[in-house]
Amino acid sequence: MVSLQPLTALGRREATTVTQGPLSITERSDVALASVAVRKGRGTDLAKAAEKADIPLPGPATHQPGTPYSAFWITPEMWFVEAPYASHELIADLLKHALGDAASITEQTDAWVAFDLTAPDLAPLLERLCNVDYAAQPEGYATRTVMDHLGVYLIKHGRGSARIYGPRSSAESLLHAIETAAHSVW
Amino acid sequence: MIIHHPILGPRDAQEFVYLGDASLIDRPDGMTAGVEAFHDYLYQRTNPAGEHQELWYHEQGDRSWLVVTRNTVTHEITKVELAREVARARGRTK
Repeated sequence: MVSLQPLTALGRREATTVTQGPLSITERSDVALASVAVRKGRGTDLAKAAEKADIPLPGPATHQPGTPYSAFWITPEMWFVEAPYASHELIADLLKHALGDAASITEQTDAWVAFDLTAPDLAPLLERLCNVDYAAQPEGYATRTVMDHLGVYLIKHGRGSARIYGPRSSAESLLHAIETAAHSVW
Repeated sequence: MIIHHPILGPRDAQEFVYLGDASLIDRPDGMTAGVEAFHDYLYQRTNPAGEHQELWYHEQGDRSWLVVTRNTVTHEITKVELAREVARARGRTK
């Protein structure tokens, strides 16, 4: 009998937290993720099904929190949906069941690494990492951008609270980029 | 240079990748149009000094294709539209 051990995106048994001055970078391995894309001409059907299932489908460049499902917009007619991993490990199946054939759903959990950043003010850090004007954006702003040549999603939960989704295979490089920028701020 | 994305607002041009003339949208029907029409579609480009419609891809953003109307002399951008909507307005189904 093979005994398999789940590893986090950084290749460890437990999720990692790194601190630098007032900043803490927390790897999140407890988030399930799936993409939802409208099938051609089925926007209204999807909106109805999503409302019934309490799955938010926010407007452009926006993250909408909820329980258990949160979601953010990634491109016209497409979203990433987040849920707690413990209760929604099979998030793609759950969404397929809830949304039927109005949407195409793809499991994304193991394709990304999620880092939660907390500090009193993240603007000095993020202005070194990407071209998003973090201070000027409202809470709940979500966008795709580039940090150290890596395409990432950046979600602003508040002035001092943000989440970054980066490519899982580059988890260590992304963490290194954030740490390097943090060293020059704090 | 700033490109005013129709959905996301002003974005730095470095986030975009340039493809070329927006006439690429008007691909002739390969079964009926004949080889001459396809040759022209593939190889012939006008190179105007002045207003030009171009395809740009928002690679570092929402990955949408845009049709940007730009003056090649002044680099002034006068119009930015989603390529999808331009294609549909020209009778394409996708």
